[in-house]
Amino acid sequence: MKNRSPSPIVLLGTRFLSPYIMVFGFYVIFHGHYSPGGGFQGGTLLAVSLLLVRIASGTKIANLQFKDYLATPYAAIGVIIYFGTGLVALIMGGYFLDYEQLPIPGLEGADLRYWGILIIELGIGLTVMTVLVLIYDNMVKGEDYA
Amino acid sequence: MLEFFMGHYAYWFTMILLSVGLYGMLLKKNFVKKTIGLSIFQAGVILFFVSVAMKEGATVPVKADGLPVSEVSNYMNALPHTLMLTAIVVGVATLGVAYALLINIYNRYGTLNEDELIDKIQ
Amino acid sequence: MKYLKLLLILVFALLLLFAASDLPFRGDPDNRMNQQTSMTGTDVPGNYYISEAYNDAHTPNIVTVVLGDYRSIDTLGEQIVIFTAGMITFLLLRKRRDDDEE
Repeated sequence: MKNRSPSPIVLLGTRFLSPYIMVFGFYVIFHGHYSPGGGFQGGTLLAVSLLLVRIASGTKIANLQFKDYLATPYAAIGVIIYFGTGLVALIMGGYFLDYEQLPIPGLEGADLRYWGILIIELGIGLTVMTVLVLIYDNMVKGEDYA
Repeated sequence: MLEFFMGHYAYWFTMILLSVGLYGMLLKKNFVKKTIGLSIFQAGVILFFVSVAMKEGATVPVKADGLPVSEVSNYMNALPHTLMLTAIVVGVATLGVAYALLINIYNRYGTLNEDELIDKIQ
Repeated sequence: MKYLKLLLILVFALLLLFAASDLPFRGDPDNRMNQQTSMTGTDVPGNYYISEAYNDAHTPNIVTVVLGDYRSIDTLGEQIVIFTAGMITFLLLRKRRDDDEE
């Protein structure tokens, strides 16, 4: 990747396309209860929307969209969200990851399980997105143009 | 004879994919090509698991209106689909680790060919 | 040496094709895989997941309920594997301060 020249047409196309792919990624995560989808697929789509701009224009311009030193803390936050839900359920009196003991006001029984699954899917999507961006960033460090 | 072919052709294609992956891992000399063979092998295994979980006259394991869940023969078995879902993403992350190791090998020894590398290590 | 490896791969492929012809028909409703009760008369988890997922979680997607509610600890393990793979890549590719490796 040492002798490439930046191409404005590819950059224009990816800048136009990247927000729509991100919206579709969020749609796939949130509709994981009603159609095929969920945390892993939505996280991969979100990572695609960030990686397109990185491939087309280099790390210095793509840092305006998502800074590269933010990837590792967000991955840890994703694991903490999943683990934290289990620990809250353990503190409230059930077994580990028992969603019926979560302290959300106004919901009972099976509806609490619905919201528990949604919370952990968000954590999974965040971790998958940041790990894919982290792997790409570390491999092209020092050989970037622009 | 036609029934036997229609019942088994998916398994035969998956076995051919596994053999192509093994060919890439054994017979090529470059390390990057061996890693690509590993990825083909992984795709073959995942495809085999998903193709086993089929039931005639059944639909995807998402509850639809008009097909009651008390009749189990209306829906496919949900367990192989679930297990292969995470296996795909874990495969991508493991390939990332393999390529990072290859970058370190190239920085240290200067070559990615199998014969030259064995000579240089000893 | 190269012909020995090619022969090995050919034997492997033929052995796998012969073993795949012995599997039951794909999609047969009375397969060993699609049965309603196991051999000893107990309940099979696949059927329990299909018939009880909507009552337990009010969610139409059975795959998400299995992955997020019935088998949630396995999903936690997979997430930790993905996180560890990212951390390994970060730790392997740092710049060394001196040139020789140790």
